[in-house]
Amino acid sequence: MDDGEWRLRAPVNLVSKRAVVQWTVRAAIGWIVVLGGLGVWHALGGPDWVGHVLAGLAVAAVVHVAVMPTWRYRVHRWETTPAAVFTRSGWINQEWRLAPVSRIQTVDTGRGPLQQLLKLATVTITTASAAGPLKIEGLDESVAARIVDELATTTQAVPGDAT
Amino acid sequence: MTAFPAAPPVAEPVPEWGRLDPRMIVVKPLNELIGLLPLLFALVFLGNVETWRIVVGVGTVALIILYGLFAWLTTKYRITDAQVELHTGVVFRQRRAIPRDRIRTVDLTAKLGHRLFGLSAVRVGTGQQERQAGEGVVLDAVTTAEAERLRQVFLHRPTTAAASTDGAEEPAAVEITRLDRRWYRYAPLSLSGLLGIAIAVGFGMNLAGELNLRFSEVDVIRGLFGWLSGQSPALVVLIAAVVVVLLSTVASLLTYLLQNHDFRLTRHADATVRVRRGLLTTRSVSIEEQRLRGVALHEPLLLRAARGARLNAVTTGLGLRQAASSLLVPPAPRAESHRVAAAVIGENPTSAPLTRHPVAARRRRLVRAVAVPVVLTAALALLSAFADWPAGLWIGAAALIPLSVLIGLDRYRTLGHALTGRYLVSRSGSFTRRTVALQRTGIIGWRVEQSPFQRRARLVTLTATTAAGHGQYAVTDIGESDGVRLADAAVPDLLTPFLIRE
Repeated sequence: MDDGEWRLRAPVNLVSKRAVVQWTVRAAIGWIVVLGGLGVWHALGGPDWVGHVLAGLAVAAVVHVAVMPTWRYRVHRWETTPAAVFTRSGWINQEWRLAPVSRIQTVDTGRGPLQQLLKLATVTITTASAAGPLKIEGLDESVAARIVDELATTTQAVPGDAT
Repeated sequence: MTAFPAAPPVAEPVPEWGRLDPRMIVVKPLNELIGLLPLLFALVFLGNVETWRIVVGVGTVALIILYGLFAWLTTKYRITDAQVELHTGVVFRQRRAIPRDRIRTVDLTAKLGHRLFGLSAVRVGTGQQERQAGEGVVLDAVTTAEAERLRQVFLHRPTTAAASTDGAEEPAAVEITRLDRRWYRYAPLSLSGLLGIAIAVGFGMNLAGELNLRFSEVDVIRGLFGWLSGQSPALVVLIAAVVVVLLSTVASLLTYLLQNHDFRLTRHADATVRVRRGLLTTRSVSIEEQRLRGVALHEPLLLRAARGARLNAVTTGLGLRQAASSLLVPPAPRAESHRVAAAVIGENPTSAPLTRHPVAARRRRLVRAVAVPVVLTAALALLSAFADWPAGLWIGAAALIPLSVLIGLDRYRTLGHALTGRYLVSRSGSFTRRTVALQRTGIIGWRVEQSPFQRRARLVTLTATTAAGHGQYAVTDIGESDGVRLADAAVPDLLTPFLIRE
């Protein structure tokens, strides 16, 4: 490779458009719990500053719920090749992960209640490292199943656990 | 065509279940009790002699002894051709089976109680990272001879196991290094003594409070405090500092003696390196050389100032939870650590010249170091202006700013990376500088992280993931382009399809 300026490109595939709904709902639920708790406290006659905190957090919540899901949708991408799995995730902070297919130990799909409703799935790819698995969140169910099949076929061909 | 009679099935002798040594019924409670001795002593003999103290004391001893008995009764193990099986648990029964070809390290530890009876605990490290305590396989304990036999059985592959188990004598060993008495001068620089004192003082005060001990009634202590209160504050601070330094020096020397007495690092004919050390608790760790994925050189600030360093192995089977087992060289001259690193991994990556990171990384280090004292100073200044807090506070906080600038600059100076023949080298940290040499073939993936600030400064944090040691080793704030090119060069062809030229 020559001395030019190089950088990582974005992985090819986007996740499902419905993932935006998933992230929105999840963020909204989290905020409702927090704001609801503070709201009850405020209504029951908590100290004055609760009202100010509540107002501040409400603004943050609106911005977060409005901005985060679409931002994530632009960032979250994935790609599999016969040699490697390549993902990008995050929104403000972004993270690229790369795992060679020969070092993959397990490939799972998981679906939470919300994901089942939206027909989405999360693919989790573990290696022998304690650094944690690669996750591709918000995939269409059928796409997730196809990835698992593909990777299962390729990883079976490679012996050893690469530790 | 004649039908041959079917061959009789090969009668594999089914290995018997082994139990831990029966002396463990005594040793396990003994080990627990040695640790609790000061506490029990204080409980029963200090303060007033009350019935409840004695009842609690005797009850604790009885419980510990009973637990030891049940632990022995419920533990059994066996070693088959393919795996090691272990059944344990008094309350929660656990059955564990470990494939033998996944065993990477064997750690024999004998606490004082074990040693009185000639026993050792055997801990087996596998390629799997332990995510919770107690996930590993520990045989606590068997006779030292059985432990030695198990070590050889575990680390030889099944094909050679039969030959080696007969020979009871030690295979030929080549010494790589051993404890030099002059290394003791590095002991007080590790701050372990200071920490020990802090813990002991905290624990002692707490205990005294719980047990209603009244130090103020002891004449000597009252006299001492009386005398101290008559002196000037500066003198009191000076005396306290001298006492703390003296005590921490003694404590750290003692710790060094306890942990590293008779330290020896040897290489054995069965392709393992072995670390032996300890005065009361002896520890003997075997690491399969083929699974050694690198080394980590640790230089805490004080140790670094005295040109000292400590060396740890980066290997599968010894992760974060087994930091004590992965020690290769205790605090010693840095040159010696470098020499041992070279002898163990056959190359000298820890002393390789490192490439510095971009200047933007220095700005980030400085901003991060200075941010906390600046914010603190501003807050305290506001409070002293509007809420009548003493001005000394913010002036004191402001004095920390130049210090944090120095720390930030040092943190940048230590940042660096290099690629040698077989190793990826990365260095970072100021208070605890760490140089990690990770075998390139041991890298099983990459992570590249970028925050908005890093994006603006065109930096990334590149992390190599591995099955060994901590599982991930980062190259912090490397230039965007340098980072991906480093990763691409370290593991050829893996990253290439995902790169583009700007």
